[in-house]
Amino acid sequence: MDTDTIAAISTPTGEGAIAIVRLSGDDAVSRANELFQGKDLTTVDSHTMHYGKLLDPETGEIAEEVMASVMRAPKTFTREDIVEINCHGGLVSVNRVLEIVLAQGARLAEPGEFTKRAFLNGRIDLSQAEAVMDLIRAKTDRAMNVALKQMDGRLSVLIQNLRQKLLETLAQVEVNIDYPEYDDVEEMTNDIMQEKTAEVRDEIENLLQTAKQGKILREGLATAIIGRPNVGKSSLMNTLVHENKAIVTEVPGTTRDVIEEYVNVRGVPLRLVDTAGIRETEDIVERIGVERSRQVLTEADLILLVLNYGDELTEEDVKLFEAARDMNMIVLLNKTDLDQKIDIERVKELAGDNPVISTSLIQEEGIDQLENAISSTFFEGEIDSGDMTYVSNVRHVQLLKQSKQALEDAREGMEMGVPIDVVQIDVTRTWELLGEIVGDTVGESLIDELFSQFCLGK
Amino acid sequence: MTYDAGHYDVIVIGAGHAGVEAAAASARRGAKTLMLSLNLDMIAFMPCNPSIGGPAKGIVVREVDALGGLMGRVIDKTHIQMRLLNTRKGPAVRALRAQADKPLYLKEMKRLLENQENLTLRQGMVEKILVEDDQVKGVVTETKAAYYAPSVIVTTGTFMRGRVIIGDLSYESGPNNQRPTVTLSEQLEELGIEMVRFKTGTPMRVNSHTIDYSKTEIQPGETEPRSFSYETTEFITDQIPCWLTYTNETTHEVINENLGLSPMYSGMIKGTGPRYCPSIEDKVVRFNDKPRHQIFLEPEGRDTEEVYVQGLSTSLPEYVQKQMMETVPGLENAEIMRAGYAIEYDSVVPTQLWPTLETKQIDGLFTAGQINGTSGYEEAAGQGLMAGINAAAKTLDLEPLILDRSEGYIGVMIDDLVTKGTREPYRLLTSRAEFRLMLRHDNADLRLTEKGYELGLIPEERYNRFTEKRRKIEEEKKRLENEIVKATEDVQDIVKESGTTPLKEAVRASDLLRRPEIDYSYIERLTPSDIALTADEKEQVEIQIKYSGYIKKSLEQIEKMRNMESKKIPDYIDYDAIQGLASEAADRLKAVQPLSVGQASRVSGVNPADISILLVYIEQGNVARVSG
Repeated sequence: MDTDTIAAISTPTGEGAIAIVRLSGDDAVSRANELFQGKDLTTVDSHTMHYGKLLDPETGEIAEEVMASVMRAPKTFTREDIVEINCHGGLVSVNRVLEIVLAQGARLAEPGEFTKRAFLNGRIDLSQAEAVMDLIRAKTDRAMNVALKQMDGRLSVLIQNLRQKLLETLAQVEVNIDYPEYDDVEEMTNDIMQEKTAEVRDEIENLLQTAKQGKILREGLATAIIGRPNVGKSSLMNTLVHENKAIVTEVPGTTRDVIEEYVNVRGVPLRLVDTAGIRETEDIVERIGVERSRQVLTEADLILLVLNYGDELTEEDVKLFEAARDMNMIVLLNKTDLDQKIDIERVKELAGDNPVISTSLIQEEGIDQLENAISSTFFEGEIDSGDMTYVSNVRHVQLLKQSKQALEDAREGMEMGVPIDVVQIDVTRTWELLGEIVGDTVGESLIDELFSQFCLGK
Repeated sequence: MTYDAGHYDVIVIGAGHAGVEAAAASARRGAKTLMLSLNLDMIAFMPCNPSIGGPAKGIVVREVDALGGLMGRVIDKTHIQMRLLNTRKGPAVRALRAQADKPLYLKEMKRLLENQENLTLRQGMVEKILVEDDQVKGVVTETKAAYYAPSVIVTTGTFMRGRVIIGDLSYESGPNNQRPTVTLSEQLEELGIEMVRFKTGTPMRVNSHTIDYSKTEIQPGETEPRSFSYETTEFITDQIPCWLTYTNETTHEVINENLGLSPMYSGMIKGTGPRYCPSIEDKVVRFNDKPRHQIFLEPEGRDTEEVYVQGLSTSLPEYVQKQMMETVPGLENAEIMRAGYAIEYDSVVPTQLWPTLETKQIDGLFTAGQINGTSGYEEAAGQGLMAGINAAAKTLDLEPLILDRSEGYIGVMIDDLVTKGTREPYRLLTSRAEFRLMLRHDNADLRLTEKGYELGLIPEERYNRFTEKRRKIEEEKKRLENEIVKATEDVQDIVKESGTTPLKEAVRASDLLRRPEIDYSYIERLTPSDIALTADEKEQVEIQIKYSGYIKKSLEQIEKMRNMESKKIPDYIDYDAIQGLASEAADRLKAVQPLSVGQASRVSGVNPADISILLVYIEQGNVARVSG
């Protein structure tokens, strides 16, 4: 039977305090273990649950706190090794966990595939086979509907255009191969191919960026407020919450309690993380130290670093700058109502390309500028979600990532001087992967293209 | 009254490129074989271009040869020119193409067949296939000779209800004014076999003495000795050139003015023609922005003055053909020896065949070649070979041979035909093969000789030579994987000479060979082998090491495909009874009757969910049978 490792969210989405991502297959345990910081899952007893952290293999950073249940074959639902990763409910965590698991190499399960495996491995009684077939049909139909709904019409057009671009390139390579004496077509070289595929790669990269932005629109931008004691972090939070409509949700998790507050700033939903920490002690650095705030930082999409305008820069401030390096950051010089003591040139130097805003939160000054900075950080000044094409379906994102990888492989081959007809293997693969997104995998298209584009034959 | 003319294991109807391979393969497998031809002087006649091979097709010729077939051996002895194509590209797409000496090709093929053990050649027009209870019994000729056999292979090419069309002239005919067959076509229809009407065409032949070659460009052959067959030891080096000229705006004006006279546009031709082989009128209409089209002038042999005008395939009236040529540089005064024409014919819808090329309706009835909707001599030869192997197997109760898509272009072609069918005459293209890198011109013997030997198609002596070659390649590859090349001054000199960057430290010879600038000749200088390797063996070592990363990726995909191919669909399956299967999928699967889940997944209209459901259903059946 198929024994590659499959993964999917196995709890209803959106509801419930805890969500579960399930992996099944020969490598389920070792794959999960690769991502898991905590006990060595490959050596733990079967049917045990373990606390740990999930690492994002793309960045190597800690992504989520989770509980992992390890269940070894054969006493499992599928009779294969199973790992269930328990994480926070809601869309954010569980999607993140699924993405990480898929990025590590597990395959997104087809609709009903866990049940199918359970059946094929003899776990489910023969009398239920028909039910299994019905389930596959029903789930497939539903998944198709969902995918279609989630696929923006513009996205479909965009993908079709990319495919067409690749197809024309592929046809040109084919015509060179199958009709070597045909003189009416430019010889496709690695250089031209580089150029053509680079365009497609950029577009895919853009789409993946929108996937990020689409996610932000749906799930909120994880925002952390950091700064030394008494610089005005809590005033900043209160200002954001009061200025904008706030929804406070309590998310009791299995491993930690966090309060998240959602605020909508000029169309950008911010999810203010670890606000409990700020509220309780008013001093995150003092309470849990720089190490802890570093961790908060890794989970954030946006950092609001608050500095005291009326005070000199301290070592701690510099450390915070360092901790937030390479992240989206907005620096606030708060308390402009005080006399300036801070070295603004030095702050700008430390901030690099990140915006530096002067505010007096108490006197409600500079808030407009701050909100502008927040929105332009993510939408480059333009927030018009109606004009953007979003990729939001996990399967689509996964296929786009694979397409990008295939094009990277092609590029690598071309740089190494691999002949174009061999490089084409990866380009063709990209074309097929993009086809899976729009549900078009008919094989004859290349040949149709060949004969419509070129005048061939004896 | 019919008379009993003899009993055979296998009868082959037709002696074209499919028929000759079918007959020879069947005989080689040990079946007592009869080959019936309309005209024994026309064995393996080339009714169209005087050329064999080319991309994908040339690889098929090598595959045929690796399985003991004839085409490669014959063309190696009878060509006027041979070239290796795509030499500047990767190894996967290189292919040989030869210009054939047509009359000589026929002669040589006939000689081989006449000397083939177990094979009888007989002239005769088959009128009818004998069928009882959907089982083939034999054939009857128009002279009332009845030949009996449990397996019959039909390789009638374009002869079934053939109709030649030139301008407004149209008459029943096979290619080149040979007699067509009408009764066979009617009988196949009566037997419940669905037919489709296809069309193809050929250009005029002109007299070489009347061509002004000074106005054309020469297309010389190569001096490098080359061969299709792994058996060939003698090479033809005195090669005859072809010539290149072009149509122009004036030519296109002549065509456009006379378009109304073209049977293609008047509606007289109803068959579907191949897009890859359009007539000149088609090219001018569809690509009207092109100022000129290439025309290759190809001699039809050493001892004939006939020249094939490749690029001017047409069914326009003869006098328009003449006017057209008057506008082409070099052909102004060319004398037409034979006019171009279109031909329409009946062919079998190939999804009615099992992958062995046996028809699903009639037990023991096989079809191969152009009758199955393909075009091209090589495509015909590949199918003929397979049908011959499998028809002999059927009668003698031996192992059949089905090649999968990773084993050969022959496998790709037959899988395409029987699984997807074809809406136009089918031609092999390299892009039809998903595992192109594995289906190379250079490794056809490594892919197939073992199988050929197991089936008794390859003699012991040839097999021993092959295993020795394979052993040497493996040994040398292993050696290079272990051999360390140190960064000494001498080494660096050679490395620099290749144009690659100097070594930073010692490297494995195999890693060095993976650098694009380094070919085996450098490796040989850096670390010579103890065993003497032939050029072929060196090439193999180089390709296998250089592209090992890509080859590995292909092998992984092949394994996935084979996994699905290994899941057999039981013949008692009832698609209508499978709950949840989409009705479109059920209909398509009923029509194609795939043998494996892998084949089912390639049937159009069958989606992944249907395949999942099919898997569950089959497993259920297995469980039921075990427990029941």
